[in-house]
Amino acid sequence: MMEKPVIKVENVSKLFGRNHKEAVEMLNKGATKSEVLKETGVTVALWDVNFEVYAGEVFVIIGLSGSGKSTLVRCFNRLNKPTSGSIHYKDQAIEKLTQKELISYRRDNIAMVFQNFGLMSHRNVISNVEYGLEVKNVGKDLRKQKALEMIKMVGLDGVENAPISSLSGGMKQRVGLARALANEPEVLLMDEPFSALDPLVKKDMQFELLSIQRKLNKTIIFITHDINEAFKLGDRVAIMRDGKVIQIDTPEAMITNPADDYVREFIEGADKSKVMSVRQVMITPSCIVKTTDGANRAIVEMRSNNVSSAYIVNEKMEFKGMLTLDGAIKARDTKGKISDYFSDDVITINTDATIGDAMPLAANAKYPIAVLEDNKLKGIITKASLISTLAEN
Amino acid sequence: MDIYKFPFQIKIDVEAIDRAVRDFAVTFDVVLKMMRNGLNGLLNATQTLLTIIPWWVLVLLVVFLGYKQTGKIKTGIVYGLMLFAIGIVGLWGLMLTTLSIVIASVALSVLMGFPIGLLISTSDRANRWVRPILDTMQTMPVFVYLIPAVLLFGLGKTPAVIATTIYAIVPIIRLTNLGIRQVDSEVVEAAKAFGSTKSQAMMKVQIPQAWPTIMAGVNQTLMMAMAMVVTASMIGAAGLGMEVLISVNRVEVGRGLVSGTAVVLLAILLDRLSQGWTKEKKEDV
Repeated sequence: MMEKPVIKVENVSKLFGRNHKEAVEMLNKGATKSEVLKETGVTVALWDVNFEVYAGEVFVIIGLSGSGKSTLVRCFNRLNKPTSGSIHYKDQAIEKLTQKELISYRRDNIAMVFQNFGLMSHRNVISNVEYGLEVKNVGKDLRKQKALEMIKMVGLDGVENAPISSLSGGMKQRVGLARALANEPEVLLMDEPFSALDPLVKKDMQFELLSIQRKLNKTIIFITHDINEAFKLGDRVAIMRDGKVIQIDTPEAMITNPADDYVREFIEGADKSKVMSVRQVMITPSCIVKTTDGANRAIVEMRSNNVSSAYIVNEKMEFKGMLTLDGAIKARDTKGKISDYFSDDVITINTDATIGDAMPLAANAKYPIAVLEDNKLKGIITKASLISTLAEN
Repeated sequence: MDIYKFPFQIKIDVEAIDRAVRDFAVTFDVVLKMMRNGLNGLLNATQTLLTIIPWWVLVLLVVFLGYKQTGKIKTGIVYGLMLFAIGIVGLWGLMLTTLSIVIASVALSVLMGFPIGLLISTSDRANRWVRPILDTMQTMPVFVYLIPAVLLFGLGKTPAVIATTIYAIVPIIRLTNLGIRQVDSEVVEAAKAFGSTKSQAMMKVQIPQAWPTIMAGVNQTLMMAMAMVVTASMIGAAGLGMEVLISVNRVEVGRGLVSGTAVVLLAILLDRLSQGWTKEKKEDV
């Protein structure tokens, strides 16, 4: 990628305990986390983590508990300080900030949403949302206005004066989100924000987050242990194990090309139909007829390909419609244009759509679905190709 | 060799300690006098204030506070009757004296103990140092404080306040420390993550979150001060304690029972009314 990363992580390691030197030597020789702990008593939370996060992307870090993901996310706002390595926010090295610079970095550039909400129970909703603005001495009126705006955005208008204890889990996390957004940070850290919520609320919140992201276009670093959540939200996903990053890829690439057995096992539980795009399953249509072709030509094409329907495109490959064999024969008999006999039964879908989107369409489709990109015909999906792809993975 | 005997014994020169304390009293006479005058001023102001208030105003105040905290007018009236009972048996004046010593001691304890509690909550090192001192203060037989207190400040209410403060300051320190340390770590992290300075995090998040526990500490301090103030009558602190002491010395069971009951009633009142604070705060949470 040519654009500059917002966050750049270079060789970041975090060790807990004494005797770092020996631990580092062992790790350099490829020892595992448990071996190091046994030999030296040092807990390896992170080891040699490298990646970049770009503006406007949702970067998901996934791993089991103890994989170091929460430690890592706390390095971005220096709630944790890495033992070695460097994290850059644009051109600033986070580990080198003075206390004063750190505070203003936290106030202006980065905000965080916590797993158990981290709300202040002695304050009501609006004053929780105002907190970040309050500590940076924003005037009372302005911060109230900002806070109300954010409360509205997360759909909590009407409860701004309610005490925190009166809210449900989902509402609490909306407050957490509003509080983080009120600071207008460029980067949003989310540490398993939806893990404490029940499944239905979780789904709502994921949807909410995506729609807010569409509006605000923040750079989001999202921690989770739920692979479906990771694939649903993430533009890219980093999978962690024992403090190391094993693979960073788009969800689709991770499914089609897992780095190792651990990744394969991890993503086994994922609902692939929601991740894989229709590109993965589409096939090249065997029979394409141009709009300028006559009915006779269309019939010959179909017969020679052993099919009973053909996709019609213009000279720019733009999809125009579908012609069945019956339609073509009628056109020939009445000496009409083939465009008058296009079938209306054809269903089209965009290349960005997932297999999950295509499945209900395919169930009702008489003919294979046409896959379009910018209105150009890219391929078709048959029921058979859909089923076989899902069965394979 | 006799296995039941220590091989040798060290004779601690306890008289030297006495002398040192006495010398200290002489050398720092000016400072001690200033402290004494200051404390006396505080005590007199408290007592004067309490004396100015007519008894029925105080009783009504207790009824009102009791009602406000429990929401039941009945409880308020019971509290009022308890205070009324102390007055009706002729112990009102002594009760006010005791109360003024308690109030002065608790004020001093909170004034000093709260900042110390905050300090040791933020520093593990300070905590390690202060804890054994607190243990000592709490377990040292209370009479042992009284001796140097008398040596340094003479007899009367001033040394009583000092001894009471030493004894009663411990819970406020401990519970402030505990309260701050028990604040949900994620909430503290959140305060930091939004760019709070250390003092902002303390003032806006940690202290308010720890408030119920801190108030429980104030309540405990109050109760311990109440217990100590009776003992302190041995060094000449006037009040209900003195009355108890006199009846013990003269073996007057009835007089002892009456004054002892007055102490109990006052203690219960102080406990219930101050517990009300913590509960009220907790409901906000």
